Amino acid sequence: MRLKLEKREKLPFYTKIIIPVVCVLIALLFCGILMKLMGHNPLEAYQKMVKGSMGSARNLSESVLQSIPLMLCALGVSISFKMSVNNIGAEGQYVMGAWAATGIALYCPWIAGEMTLPTMIVMAFVAGAIWAVVGVLPKILWGVNETIITLMLNYVALFWLDYWCYGSWRDTAASNLPFSKSFDDFARLGTLYQRVHVGIFIALIAAVAIFLFFRYTSSGYQIRVIGINRAAANYGGMNVHTKMILVMACSGGLAGLAGLCQVAGTVGQLQPDIAGGAGYTAIIIAYLAKFNPFYVLLVSLLFGCMDQGGFSIQLLNISINLVTLLQGTILLAVLGGEMFTRYRVTLRKDAKEVAVK
Amino acid sequence: MSWIISILASSIALAAPVLYGTLGEIYTERAGISNLGLEGVMLVGAISGYAMASATGNLLLAVVATISAGLALGLIYGFLTITLQANQIVSGLAMVIFGSGLSGVVGAPYAGIAPGVTFSKVSIPLLSEIPVLGPILFQQDVFIYALYILVPLSFYYIFKTKHGLRLRALGDDPAALDAAGINVTLLRYLYVMLGTAITAIGGVYISLVYTPFWNENLIAGKGWIAAALVIFASWNPIYAAGGAFLFGLIEVVGLRLQMMGVNVSPYFLSMLPYLCTILVLIFSTGSFSKRRSAAPAMLGKHYDREAR
Repeated sequence: MRLKLEKREKLPFYTKIIIPVVCVLIALLFCGILMKLMGHNPLEAYQKMVKGSMGSARNLSESVLQSIPLMLCALGVSISFKMSVNNIGAEGQYVMGAWAATGIALYCPWIAGEMTLPTMIVMAFVAGAIWAVVGVLPKILWGVNETIITLMLNYVALFWLDYWCYGSWRDTAASNLPFSKSFDDFARLGTLYQRVHVGIFIALIAAVAIFLFFRYTSSGYQIRVIGINRAAANYGGMNVHTKMILVMACSGGLAGLAGLCQVAGTVGQLQPDIAGGAGYTAIIIAYLAKFNPFYVLLVSLLFGCMDQGGFSIQLLNISINLVTLLQGTILLAVLGGEMFTRYRVTLRKDAKEVAVK
Repeated sequence: MSWIISILASSIALAAPVLYGTLGEIYTERAGISNLGLEGVMLVGAISGYAMASATGNLLLAVVATISAGLALGLIYGFLTITLQANQIVSGLAMVIFGSGLSGVVGAPYAGIAPGVTFSKVSIPLLSEIPVLGPILFQQDVFIYALYILVPLSFYYIFKTKHGLRLRALGDDPAALDAAGINVTLLRYLYVMLGTAITAIGGVYISLVYTPFWNENLIAGKGWIAAALVIFASWNPIYAAGGAFLFGLIEVVGLRLQMMGVNVSPYFLSMLPYLCTILVLIFSTGSFSKRRSAAPAMLGKHYDREAR
């Protein structure tokens, strides 16, 4: 007897649900065993996470709040991955967006008032877009791989943020922490329920726009083609480079808007750890959602719950990194599980055994 | 003169962890598998050795723990990318996230606690007394001495031995190896695991020798820089040593300028290694450069017997 892989003709409906569920269970089991080994009670921890993220209307609203920047970053990441450009620099683009928004909010007194917020939104988008295009420019000009370059730019952006937070933007009067001044009310996004702010509409609008763009415009179609086969797209006369700049600008711009939502919505000031790894989590989300904008919203919501739940397990003396580990393990499991969506595992008798019979 | 010697000596110490990562990745990529998860592997390697050293006070056990952790991660990565044929770029990213989560959880109790034991510098008798070169090269620690052997040995192995030829063929033409009756899957597993084990040592070098303490941001992109250096080095261990030394030098010069109170913000000086990585990538792989790409032909592509 031996295991044999057979290509699937058609994916049965139930496997679409079973495979991701099994992957999440594997991740929960792995992290559970690790917690057990470290002397914690995994069941208690998971219970705390669920309660902390969904136990009450307030907790749930906090989870939604957490998911807003994730949605925007992940939407951005998903459009670049869709055209097979590995933009893994969402973290840096997020930071640049937050930085630009803060600059407008605090240091442009001549537009202070009702023009502040719209300017912040535009500039956050532009800053994120520029940072992303910088990352892909070497690819367009000289064919240099963008993966490591966009990643390196994250570190550059983070030091840039430190330079301002620990330097001239630091509000030494308020505290001895490296935080900027608090934003005035005209520079804050309005809230809907509890602390959930209107940034969630930006994410929803972006998701719908992305869906419509890829579904109904010829540019959207071309970008999908470029993603599947760049050479064929080039041969077919599509302007690959222009499309690449456009997609990267939007991708980075969305991450920049995530930064805006965090400073102008959730936090109300600039802090050195403003991004907190959202740009990396976004890559997991985009991949799990198969780059579909509506799935991105759903998966972001789930990940927002995990992040929020992570705060509760700290009470049990478990590191908040458990959430990162959980998310990373889910991604690993899903990556491995993809094999089973393409192939079916069957048991086959070897030719010899058949012959003996 | 003495300050030049001290700069060059610390450059070597800063280059060592990156070089371990680069060497490991050269083996992996020569076998046709790309593993961008070096950052995660180094983090897990760093905390495994650190935790073992704190628990037992035995440095040998610490290195054994690091290597075992590296092998285990390699096994997972190999299972995903070789057996389950997962996308290698995303799997690499997943390894980084997995590794930073795992090291963060396991390392939480160790943050801010000294390991108790560290590797100290060992002067090699006679050699360390050579003027200029002695203090630079031969008043270091055992990990660096190991590199003096590992780098030329790797070069010899990859380019001059039968097994090295097979390794290169794994990345360039696995089908030919398969036709010659060699088990492609098994060999790829072995080299992926060898690669992560070597990379993990780079992590423990930072947590137990260079710093030595533990925090979550200990590696700070060194794994990614190592991955970039593989390309710069044309998958050649000797060039990798040169490249890593250059990076060590850039970092040391940045640190020294900060200490001397140069009128440039330390935050900008800290950007230097990352900006240099970008420049190096552009100059070594840009279409304007005359260098022929030395990348293994089948790098990052699955070898599927039935698909041929």
